[in-house]
Amino acid sequence: MKNLLAMAAFILLAVSFQFCTQNAPADTAAADNAAATTGAGQSGVQDDESQKNVVQIAIGSKDHTTLVAAVKAAGLVDVLSNAGPFTVYAPTNAAFEKLPKGTVEELLKPENKAKLSNILEYHVSVAVYKPESFRDGQKVNQVNLKDITLGKQGDKLSVNGNANIIASIPASNGIIHVIDAVLLPPEQ
Amino acid sequence: MKKSLLALAALLFVIVALWQCKTRGAATSAAAGGDAQKAYVPPGKYDEFYNFVSGGFNGQVSVYGLPSGRLLKIIPVFSQFPENGYGYNEETKAMLMTSHGFVPWDDEHHISMSLTNGEQDGRWCFANANNTPRVGRIDLKTFRTTEILEIPNAGGNHSSPFITENSEYIVAGTRFSIPMDDQPDVPINTYKQNFRGTASFISIDPNDGHMKLAFQVLLPGINLDLSRSGKGPSHDWFFFSCYNSEQANTLLEVNASQKDKDFIVAINWKKAEEYAKAGKGQVKKVRYAHNTLDEKTHTATTKWENEVIMLDPKELKDFVYFMPCPKSPHGCDVNPTGEYIVGSGKLAAIIPVFSFEKMQKAIADKNFEGEYDGIPVLKYDAVLHGEVQKPGLGPLHTEFDADGNAYTSFFVSSEIVKWNVKSLQVLDRVPTYYSIGHLCVPGGDTKKPWGKYVIAYNKITKDRYLPTGPELAQSAQIYDISGDKMKLILDFPTVGEPHYANAIPAELLMKNSVKFFKLEENNHPYVAKGEGETKVTRNGNQVHVNMTAIRSHLTPDNIEGVKLGDEVYFHVTNLEQDWDIPHGFAVKGANTAEILIMPGETQTYYWKPDRVGVFPFYCTDFCSALHQEMQGYMRVSPAGANVPLKYGTGEAAPAPTESK
Repeated sequence: MKNLLAMAAFILLAVSFQFCTQNAPADTAAADNAAATTGAGQSGVQDDESQKNVVQIAIGSKDHTTLVAAVKAAGLVDVLSNAGPFTVYAPTNAAFEKLPKGTVEELLKPENKAKLSNILEYHVSVAVYKPESFRDGQKVNQVNLKDITLGKQGDKLSVNGNANIIASIPASNGIIHVIDAVLLPPEQ
Repeated sequence: MKKSLLALAALLFVIVALWQCKTRGAATSAAAGGDAQKAYVPPGKYDEFYNFVSGGFNGQVSVYGLPSGRLLKIIPVFSQFPENGYGYNEETKAMLMTSHGFVPWDDEHHISMSLTNGEQDGRWCFANANNTPRVGRIDLKTFRTTEILEIPNAGGNHSSPFITENSEYIVAGTRFSIPMDDQPDVPINTYKQNFRGTASFISIDPNDGHMKLAFQVLLPGINLDLSRSGKGPSHDWFFFSCYNSEQANTLLEVNASQKDKDFIVAINWKKAEEYAKAGKGQVKKVRYAHNTLDEKTHTATTKWENEVIMLDPKELKDFVYFMPCPKSPHGCDVNPTGEYIVGSGKLAAIIPVFSFEKMQKAIADKNFEGEYDGIPVLKYDAVLHGEVQKPGLGPLHTEFDADGNAYTSFFVSSEIVKWNVKSLQVLDRVPTYYSIGHLCVPGGDTKKPWGKYVIAYNKITKDRYLPTGPELAQSAQIYDISGDKMKLILDFPTVGEPHYANAIPAELLMKNSVKFFKLEENNHPYVAKGEGETKVTRNGNQVHVNMTAIRSHLTPDNIEGVKLGDEVYFHVTNLEQDWDIPHGFAVKGANTAEILIMPGETQTYYWKPDRVGVFPFYCTDFCSALHQEMQGYMRVSPAGANVPLKYGTGEAAPAPTESK
């Protein structure tokens, strides 16, 4: 009788182990799958065929490595990979170098994320402003809710009077205007 | 003794092993980023909620179960539906009649469930048509569209069909201002002088749900976007968001985003109702269709309406006010207590929350910053409860739970943000995949939110499911909101392009769901309530076939004497009185869709033969083991042929003739 009990217990044990191990691979597969799909936002979509979005264009430009690093630090990669439409004023590395020494390094520190985001969001409008639609003196409200002023003198386009647009690149989710100075938002 | 110890040890081991197994399972599923168990409804079990989801460009409402995300039903409203013959059969063509003629498609954005005391009562579901302005009513006993009302003096019926607390009214607000119907031909560049928006108030009969265009409120040429009625203290009011206060008529992408603030339009509908009843409005001559499906004849008719009462707030004072709201507000949502109005400036990085109490005070104190086209504009600071600072980018819509929290969708930053309505503090955020539009908490627009889940209806799908070419199903996601943190539990694809959705507890609807139509109550003019009543009659070149369908034959199934040039009407009555036994009907070469006839119902299939021959017809819904045998023939002879009208089934079929 006791023997039987022991035997029953062992069978149960064996079954439970088998149950455990049978479950495990399925669970692991589910976890892997989730890791592959739920971690990234739209920037994680694998697609080498579609027209590039504003982030992909910036990442592909050797003149914008500072901007890309800043966009990553501010956590705006997914935001700018979304449907938009965006107009991004993209300062070159040289533009960032015009800032006082140490400014960029300071802004890239995690504790300054809000400040960095505010500056970057001052470089983005949720609309497409093509060169031909610029009007001199036109005010445009940016993502950080502050206005920039567009300038148009003949063919020369500028922002806030001091940043010149040196190239304009259409993107799948908007347009990039490459500028030669960083735009600094007005204080509150 | 030794053996029993061993047995005890083994048992203990089993218990520990099982426990480990269980905890390991739990840990793994949490790591999977989805508590999939929470969305799991076992085979044969019911979902907890019905989820009524607008279909956008498919013109339908689709019904899913929550939390499983299983598709239960597609209800055609503003679009023809070949699957069941809606808008194709003779009975329902009238449902899609408008002053522009037969309009077989629309863009259906929002729905509202009927309410009693601010709570879902499960009687009707209303839907809007954006393109050719209409509102529709679905009867939740049959899950069928039973009424459609066209809206005159309107372009783009977007802020619709939002509903008052006791289903007194649903509204229709124009997204595209246009010249009014009585002075239609004006230059487009006279937009500011000649274009107007209107907010229409459609009364709902509390007994049968019938709609009536009670009055329209004339507004400046702005784009009304979304709306909500007040609740509790704000019961008498309706709030509409608007954009394009710039009054641009070209390249709105740029030109309608110039101002820092647009408006939330607050309309005191109780006062408007009094003005209308007192005859203070102007009666405008218009023409619009009012289509109703009769429950007993199963047939829709169109009634033409010729007048509407127009109320002009420039003349009739004190019932319309503007509240400034930052950056092209989209969503305009009222919390369950009715005290707070949430504006979602889609281009803003803040969410302004307005206080109804402050609004009342500002109106009493005449605390205006000026007028906009003759309508008082309240001071922003005087009506503001506060702003949610930097909650995300591109806020669109807000739903509520019963614990004082709001859930706002953010299109640009692709996330749902949970925040407290009173403290305005952000409590939690979750990403959505990708670029969410509307969202839904069961009952989240009512006085009594059921909570439990928030569902995201996303605009971009990309890589969420297996690729299906350039066009992908729209992606929806369900999050569990029962804890402090929102948790993604399920992805599910949807049909059409969902905009707004509602969810309602299953028990409120399932007990009322009709299983079949009673044959004895069928008053269709061509009904055959038994095979003995079937017949074929000729009226000039029209041939009417009163046909019956029952497992597994059609009566009559052999018909002769039809001639080229005739128009044939098959009036098919389904004689079954049994749940879930529809019969279908179709004829070779017919220029229409099948009909799908519910038990006890009669539907009519139109066919104009284009050639001489013998044409098979058959049942298109697998109804029994002998479904394949459920067929018949119609002979079409040349025009002027001398073939007599003969018909029957089995013994009654036309007798075989000797071959010559």
